[in-house]
Amino acid sequence: MGSSRSRMDDIPHAQQLIHETDFSAAHLLRLHQRFKLLDKYQTGELRPRDFGAIPALALNPIGDRIIGAFFSPGQETLDFPSFVRILAHFRPTDPNRSRDGTQQELANSRTRKLKFAFQLYDQDGDGKISRAELLQVLRAMLETQVVEEQLQSIAERAIQEADLDKDDAISFDEFRRSLEKVNIDHKMSIRFLK
Amino acid sequence: MKMQFPLLLLLLLFSATADLSGTADLRETGLSIPASAPPLHLCPQSGAPRDLAPPGLASARSAAGEPEEAQNVGHHGGGFRVVQWEWTYVQTPYIIAMWLLVASVAKILFHFSQHFTTVVPESCMLILLGLVLGGVVLVANKKQLYQLDPALFFLFLLPTIVGDAGYFMSARLFFDNLGAILTYAVVGTLWNAFCCGFSLYAAKLLQVIDERVEADLMDFLLFGALISAVDPVAVLAVFEEVHVNDTLFIIVFGESLVNDAVTVVLYKVYISFVEVGVENVETADYFKGVASFFIVSIGGTLVGVVFAVILGFITRFTKKVRIIEPLFVFLLVYLAYLTAELFSLSAILSMTFCGIGANKYVEANISQKSRTTVKYTMKTLASIAETIIFIFLGISAVDKSKWAWDTGLVSCTLVFIFVFRAVGVIGQTWVLNRFRLIPLDKIDQVVMSYGGLRGAVAFALVVLLDGEQVKAKDYFVATTIVVVFFTVMFQGLTIKPLVKWLKVPRSSSRKPTINEEIHERAFDHILTAVEDIAGLQGYHHWRDKWEQFDKNYLSKLLLRKSVYRKSELWEAYQKINIRDAISVIDQGGNVLTSARLSLPSMASRASFPEFTNVTNYLRENGSGVCLDLQVIDNVPGAKVEEDTETHHVLAENLYKPRRRYQSHYSRHFMSLGEKERQDREVFQRNMKSRMETFKSTRYKRHKKERSLKKRQGPDTKEDRDKPRRNVSWQDTVPPAVGDSHSPTAAPPSLTTGGSLLPWKGSVSSPPPCVSVEATKIIPVDLQQAWNQSISSLESVSSPPAHTEPVHPRVSALSRLGVPRPVSYSPPGSVGGCTSSIGSQVVQSSLCFPEKKKEEEMEEEQEKEEEAELQPLLAPPTSPTKPPPPPGSAPSSGKRRKPSVYLRSLVTTPSTGSNESHSRGPTQL
Repeated sequence: MGSSRSRMDDIPHAQQLIHETDFSAAHLLRLHQRFKLLDKYQTGELRPRDFGAIPALALNPIGDRIIGAFFSPGQETLDFPSFVRILAHFRPTDPNRSRDGTQQELANSRTRKLKFAFQLYDQDGDGKISRAELLQVLRAMLETQVVEEQLQSIAERAIQEADLDKDDAISFDEFRRSLEKVNIDHKMSIRFLK
Repeated sequence: MKMQFPLLLLLLLFSATADLSGTADLRETGLSIPASAPPLHLCPQSGAPRDLAPPGLASARSAAGEPEEAQNVGHHGGGFRVVQWEWTYVQTPYIIAMWLLVASVAKILFHFSQHFTTVVPESCMLILLGLVLGGVVLVANKKQLYQLDPALFFLFLLPTIVGDAGYFMSARLFFDNLGAILTYAVVGTLWNAFCCGFSLYAAKLLQVIDERVEADLMDFLLFGALISAVDPVAVLAVFEEVHVNDTLFIIVFGESLVNDAVTVVLYKVYISFVEVGVENVETADYFKGVASFFIVSIGGTLVGVVFAVILGFITRFTKKVRIIEPLFVFLLVYLAYLTAELFSLSAILSMTFCGIGANKYVEANISQKSRTTVKYTMKTLASIAETIIFIFLGISAVDKSKWAWDTGLVSCTLVFIFVFRAVGVIGQTWVLNRFRLIPLDKIDQVVMSYGGLRGAVAFALVVLLDGEQVKAKDYFVATTIVVVFFTVMFQGLTIKPLVKWLKVPRSSSRKPTINEEIHERAFDHILTAVEDIAGLQGYHHWRDKWEQFDKNYLSKLLLRKSVYRKSELWEAYQKINIRDAISVIDQGGNVLTSARLSLPSMASRASFPEFTNVTNYLRENGSGVCLDLQVIDNVPGAKVEEDTETHHVLAENLYKPRRRYQSHYSRHFMSLGEKERQDREVFQRNMKSRMETFKSTRYKRHKKERSLKKRQGPDTKEDRDKPRRNVSWQDTVPPAVGDSHSPTAAPPSLTTGGSLLPWKGSVSSPPPCVSVEATKIIPVDLQQAWNQSISSLESVSSPPAHTEPVHPRVSALSRLGVPRPVSYSPPGSVGGCTSSIGSQVVQSSLCFPEKKKEEEMEEEQEKEEEAELQPLLAPPTSPTKPPPPPGSAPSSGKRRKPSVYLRSLVTTPSTGSNESHSRGPTQL
């Protein structure tokens, strides 16, 4: 990584990004470095195949979905600010940060974290996790370990549990409610190195 | 408490006198212990029983003419004595058993008062009890007989507690916080030990501590080392009642386990330094000390891991010997402890890692029953060990030889350990928080500082000191006792209000729902992916690496092939199902309350879609619980619904009369005992009936009925019986009728048998849902009922023949393998079938003792009778359809506990006996 050290000047819209995402300058530098490393052809933009080149990600059962979540629908490329904005979802919430009402909701809020997870399930983007969509994720996560019937009963059960309006699908609101008791801040955060 | 105390004292006195008499006996017989013998331990005169011949028949031993026996004989004038006093023979186990009994009874007594136990932790009460008991022993004997014996403590009491804690500790939680735990355990303990040691030495130099305390720097460092370690037993005892959140608990408790390595090393190093004298210690020795720390801790961990692998591997092959599965768990976990102790490595670390490491594989490999056995045995042992430890701590304090009090030393120690603990925690947390994802806030730090309890480990270590080399041993012992009492009693007592006052987030005992299970797994994958994308080799990255390794290699090695395929999510799913089932049954002690029934993990209680797959799966696997939800939903028409329902009432309620004996006995297999099978079936059926009830009954109607029932007064119960009775006898038989050709062979699948059923013939409704279990049992059941009915019929026609109650069973058994009588072949017509069903059941119920019948009759009486007769007379006239008895529509809502059902079976014949009497013979 050492060959081309990032400087703040290289980063487009650095100040705005820091303000928006609450990443520190050091975080941003590090992420920019990573971004350049992933961007093999120095195009300034990432493509899905760039992500695909990460070996560990290839092993991840829902890796392709996560890659997909980085790209907004219809887009084939990802620039650095979007890259950072997505990663900002996974910053731990800062308890000391004062919340002024005027400011828009931060990317690492509970709702935004959940929204990110939700869209991984909701591949067709209709705002609902259908049974088929849930099954797909389950199948990916459990792979060969479970027979199809078991998967179905698990999915069935999960939908029943969460489905409040009985439309046989989980809406985002229902999704959020089913995870009401989970400390999302703990479970959907990683520690970014300085 | 007032009432309870005399009882306790009585118990104590008994054990004490037993003990004293034993001592006296021994003295008489010349095996007396020298007056200068060290204070006796849990088993006083432990040497004495070993002198005796190996256990044999008491009479044989007396014949062998051992010295004390001979003497006794002399006392009693010789000759054969009918009753012999064999105290010396049983003494050791007897006293141990008595102590266990005292401890257990004490526990019961403490928990009599709900309010009391919420305020005062059990450990405090046990110590107080110990003080009282110690006082009694002291007064009775002028000398303390008992104290917490270090060998006993380290070899038996401590491992039971650590084993339990390690095995059931959440590995995920432990490794999530491993960094913090290690820091606090290693750095924190070292900090505490050194600071306490040096500060005490300083206090000594400043003459705050009295001159009588002959100790130099090394002694104080040694004392600091043993007093500074947070004690797992005390932490567990106190924190278990406080219920702080999981993270906080695991950090404090994990620290108390892991710091064992530090304590062991420091203790040993200092001891050796004290032995050789400070002036002779070379620089190399300090490095050796450091090296030995790594050897002790890493070596201990390795030993634990090795035993974990062995344990996992062994349980892979126990399929044929399920009965000894739990034993392997206990043995290997204990062996891990002993082996580490053998090489003087950290035994606690070894045991903890053995437990944590093996848990996943063992739990997957062993059977559900073994799991339960392991759990309860471990918990029982740990709980009793804990009780004994605290009682003996109390008793040990009441000992004149230990009262070497020095106010300076005691108060300095108390202040120092408290201050340094707090300072250490705050300092370390400050550093840790820079690396932690979830920082530990101030409240956490307060609880962690305050929760630094010292306990029995410190006491046992200080007792182990050599009084020759450590001159101030007695002072140290006294101080340790005070410190332990202060931390356990004062801090233990106040930590609960403190936690409440600080509003520390509590742990919830809530179990995760299936959604949470799924999504949290997804979150793990997401985080791993994001770490990979962001180029961070963080915690999730390594955890994922480990999981890959585990999946690819470890699990293949340590898991049974059959379990390897299973996924954790599926297991979780099944557990949730079972939990629901249990809670449903718990909730509905009376089915009438089932309107209130709700599934804890179900957010919506509305309609259940068909669980076809679950049901099928469970059926195939004979899995414990079958939540059969599909039945009612699938039924096309009202009439069929009724049929199916009646069928179910039947299938659910007929179960085996209890067998008197088990024909098969094996030491190696626990055959599914008759009773157990029956219980399981009762459970399943209850479950099913409740689920159906829950579904089929409309909410409001149900409630209305219930309130109506309440108003009706005492008769309501009998009232409720009615519909059930009417419906049930109708349905009891079908499965057997279907299978009647081979009742004892493996039961044919229900669907084939079901084709003969009355309702099957007319409508092709979905297969009636009866679990495998049910189909297995009912045919045999019916066979028996049939045999019984024959014999009881005889008894009806000629009363004297009935007198032998065993008869039906014997005949049932003798016929079990024999083909059925011709007359029993499945009736050709549907009508015939139903009528025969009716009579059979009526007959079968006739075999109940006459007396009971009469009693029941009196209870029930006239009003009922008419209603009873109605349906019984009905079948012949309308054979295809079970008579809709008064209130049969909501009947499902009125099903009650099996026991009540049994009674209803008993009462039925009384009203319908005429019928059966006249119709029965035609069948033969």
